[in-house]
Amino acid sequence: MRLSRTVTQRIAFSLLTAIMSVTVLGILAIITYIFWNGLPTLSWEFLSSMPSNGMREGGIWPAIIGTLYLTIGTAVVAVPIGLLAAIYLSEYAPDSTFTRTIRIAIVNLAGIPSVVYGLFGLALFVLFLQLGSSILASCLTLAIMTLPVIISTAEEALRAVPQSFRVVSISMGGTRWQTIRRIVLPQALPGILTGVILGLERAAGETAPILFTGASFFLPHLPQSIFDETMALPYHLFVISTQVPGMPVRIQYGTALVLLIFVLVMNLSATIIRSYYRRKRQW
Amino acid sequence: MVGQAPHPKFLVESLSVHYPDGTESLHNISLQIPRNAITVLFGPAGGGKSTLLRTFNRLNDMVEGTRYSGKVLLDGENILTPDLDLVALRRRVGMVFAQPVPLPMSVRENMTYGLELAGERRRRNLDRAIEEGLQAAALWEEMKDRLDEPAHAMSGGQQQRLCLARVLAQQPEVILLDEPTSGLDPISTAKVEDSLQSIKKKYTIIIVPHSVQQAARLADWAGFFYQGDLVEWGEGKNLFIAPKVKRTEDYVTGRFG
Repeated sequence: MRLSRTVTQRIAFSLLTAIMSVTVLGILAIITYIFWNGLPTLSWEFLSSMPSNGMREGGIWPAIIGTLYLTIGTAVVAVPIGLLAAIYLSEYAPDSTFTRTIRIAIVNLAGIPSVVYGLFGLALFVLFLQLGSSILASCLTLAIMTLPVIISTAEEALRAVPQSFRVVSISMGGTRWQTIRRIVLPQALPGILTGVILGLERAAGETAPILFTGASFFLPHLPQSIFDETMALPYHLFVISTQVPGMPVRIQYGTALVLLIFVLVMNLSATIIRSYYRRKRQW
Repeated sequence: MVGQAPHPKFLVESLSVHYPDGTESLHNISLQIPRNAITVLFGPAGGGKSTLLRTFNRLNDMVEGTRYSGKVLLDGENILTPDLDLVALRRRVGMVFAQPVPLPMSVRENMTYGLELAGERRRRNLDRAIEEGLQAAALWEEMKDRLDEPAHAMSGGQQQRLCLARVLAQQPEVILLDEPTSGLDPISTAKVEDSLQSIKKKYTIIIVPHSVQQAARLADWAGFFYQGDLVEWGEGKNLFIAPKVKRTEDYVTGRFG
């Protein structure tokens, strides 16, 4: 017997809703669990003091600062390069075998496991270029990992700007660069920003790429220059969860919560930027 | 060839245009575009009229691999040379497109866009260009208190007249219009046509109309294009009333197309 079309539709919709709920519920469960267990630990003291007694007491200040440094440093390296690459690919590059190869390479780079980036960074920046295990080496490694995300989202945002704007600008005596700077870039900026934040968010939460390139187990002081090692939230979480015997669970959850909030705030700001500009958009 | 205008603005000699996919869009066209008049290029779709229009400002070049042969002289100077300053050409030869494309900015910024590209920064000059451009496109009264509103908030007819006004603000010599009223209601269409009639004393106007009726209304001179050939060329008052070629007559009287 065949089901009527309305019944089929209702079944399909329910199924899709169920699948979506499972996904969302899973995420919500994790977030709630971390908040529930981590919130009691959260205090000004926990956020702003150095770890003490073999990290079993005190706070996570150097890890927070370290993650901030790494994120900012990664942005400084990855954003200009990524943006220029995206502009080239979207606005200048001819559709040739060469540029198609570049695009495929970028897509594939995005799928490489982060530990491979870590080893690559160790080989190239730490050893070959002799930067040592340092914030600089870590930022460069994270930047390489982040670049594919930034390039592909930025290129997509640039391509989404209607071609008719470019044609009009060119027909009014605009050069290609004037057209990009005055029309295309401003219109694509929200999309680019979203991609940048999402890319940096991943960089902020990764452990493997910084493991061999600049993250330190424990430092009694804050890093003084980009050639110093630094503590960082994800690696710190790894360390206190697996490497320190007799570690109080509340500190682990507190650290996890701080990292989670860090990433959620970035994600949220990307969402807000995107929806704000989508409402303002004039096309 | 019938009817040669004295001192043509454009002199087209044996022009052929090839697109990169190998298709020839125009075959060996020769004609003269008179200054201070409205020249109409009309005919069924795919006839090459838009290609010819976009040759006058070299906008075909945006399609990579477009090849020209023959000559197009603007005031005696060939504009098909490979090393031509395209920016300078496009400042002299402005264009209005089929769909109104207000740039995503205010009315004022749309009006000053071209001049600012050219490096004009003086407030007084920009303000004067805004007013003159909007006056010429019969928009000044409607727009003078709305200059800082986003251009896309205007009605379709206002947007298209703004597109004309913003070209006029650049003080070009030639204005190309590619079916400028195809998206407009009859009242807005009449306003655009009136503007064109009133500005032709100062400019050379070349238009691809969106109907034969519009072609007949506007044409001082007209060319009928069919599948890449210029079938007939002549003064508007002759061509639409007494076409010499059978195919032109069939098209003008609505027997095909």
